Amino acid sequence: MAALADTAAGRAALLEFLLRTGDNTLILGHRVSEWCGHSPVLEEDIALANTALDLIGQTQLWLGLAGEVEGQGRTADNLAYLRDAAEFRNVLLVERPNGDFGQTLMRQFLFDAWHFELLKALQGSTDPRVAEIAAKAIKEVSYHLERSADLVVRLGDGTAESHRRMQNALDELWSYTGELFVGDDADEALADAGVAPSPASLKPAWDAAVARVLGEATLAIPSSGYVHKGGKRGVHTEHLGYILAEMQFLQRAYPGATW
Amino acid sequence: MSSEWPLWEVFIRGQHGLNHRHVGSLHAPDAELAIKHARDVYTRRNEGVSIWVVKSNDISASSPSDKGPLFEPSNSKVYRHPTFFEIPEEVGHM
Repeated sequence: MAALADTAAGRAALLEFLLRTGDNTLILGHRVSEWCGHSPVLEEDIALANTALDLIGQTQLWLGLAGEVEGQGRTADNLAYLRDAAEFRNVLLVERPNGDFGQTLMRQFLFDAWHFELLKALQGSTDPRVAEIAAKAIKEVSYHLERSADLVVRLGDGTAESHRRMQNALDELWSYTGELFVGDDADEALADAGVAPSPASLKPAWDAAVARVLGEATLAIPSSGYVHKGGKRGVHTEHLGYILAEMQFLQRAYPGATW
Repeated sequence: MSSEWPLWEVFIRGQHGLNHRHVGSLHAPDAELAIKHARDVYTRRNEGVSIWVVKSNDISASSPSDKGPLFEPSNSKVYRHPTFFEIPEEVGHM
């Protein structure tokens, strides 16, 4: 870690990684929170709200550290509420619309399975701050994964209607999963310094976990290898703009407002 | 949809050494999901270390109309309380 943070390029790579990790949890947390009060049953409503709050809590830690590493006095709140879309580094998967309940759950499962592998590796990061955040977050994410995998199996292997919806969700989201495993120079620098795993290294474990759960859910993995990407370098779909418009409205309209 | 799911009674043990206490009820399709739902609905503020769920239908309950015959007879039997023993001086405060 010392070696990495000693150079301007190393700090920039670390900052990039922290923004990517924090923006993933921020945007997905916001997306999931949109269900609050709209879920099919009260029990699922509360469960989704819990997941959203866990993710937003993790965002505070990742973006808080990002602000520290950047060293320009920006807080987690500044980074969340005062950046424009092109400065966000989340993958496109997490900004996909909620769709129906099946689509939300499938997105959650595909993300959770990756998130879990990422945090597992980050617990051994050479940067103790990163390792500590990962150790705290993985307890929450283990439950997220257990829950979303369980529901994907139940609904995939459920009624004809629930199976159809889950297969549609998988078909629609599959081409957005590839971006999770595409690395760039920043990823390489972090992997070399032992701060974070290379994205590609997470794929075998993710593939195995996803194949096991989808198999049990009687869902067919799409054969298309097409990969939508761009989010990690700030090239987003139109959906992110709408998310930010809602999420950032208050701070933009009333700068510095607190309550 | 929730009307198709059975109702479950939830019992949470707050700390080691304390009994499970009834905290409420919820709907779930089976026991496994009932525990997950209970975790999400009833332990959000660090309330528990253990969860029990039981189908509400599986609980047999006394009938409110039997209250008289069941409970009133014990009202007048004060001798069932251990308050009629002389405690020897040497025992001290109990």
